[in-house]
Amino acid sequence: MNLTIKYYGLLAEAVQRQEELFWFSQDSIEELLEALYAKYPPLEGMDFQVAQNNKIVPTETIITGTEIVLLPPFAGG
Amino acid sequence: MKDRKPKSVFIEGPISSEFIGDSIAKHQSKTTIGAHNIFLGQVRADTLEGKTVKMINYSSYEEMANVTFHEIREAAFAKFDLSCMHIYHSLGGVKAGEICMFIFVSATRRKEVFQAIEYLVNEIKEKVPIFGKEIFEDTSHQWKVNS
Repeated sequence: MNLTIKYYGLLAEAVQRQEELFWFSQDSIEELLEALYAKYPPLEGMDFQVAQNNKIVPTETIITGTEIVLLPPFAGG
Repeated sequence: MKDRKPKSVFIEGPISSEFIGDSIAKHQSKTTIGAHNIFLGQVRADTLEGKTVKMINYSSYEEMANVTFHEIREAAFAKFDLSCMHIYHSLGGVKAGEICMFIFVSATRRKEVFQAIEYLVNEIKEKVPIFGKEIFEDTSHQWKVNS
């Protein structure tokens, strides 16, 4: 499936883009992250959470949406 | 629980004292209210390795932020006996000393508003995907992390 991956803040700087289309044939977010780490090695050591359908989800979650968002630590307020 | 429409939270740039003053004035007609409480977040000129923060540039994953703000509002209305609640947060550049967040809660009596404001500030800091790029006087930057 073709996923849209979005990156914010420090993560967008690390991968030098804010979003991309990413072809992915496996099921879970964990597997997606492995594929992204292979493409962007600096991402692996970084602190972030993953959102799907506007919710933070654990990495073992199965991908159901078409958009996955990588969120660095929050700084609101 | 009454289903309230999601309200727009984000304001481009700093939140002005006029805007805050007008918000207070608008509540004079609501005479069942006996207590307001306000929290203002202000950009701090933190110093790191001799460099001082000049401004914070806020960005957000707005789609999720709007959903999360709505959930936090609904949870606060369910938890506390409030007459009204207003939440505003800046996007874009806010200089040190300027206001980046404005939370305003009102109730019949004071106890509820003290508890509600602390709950709201904590929830927003923890759950809403807002990011802050701290820009130093020499134009270098680092990304802020809520502690």
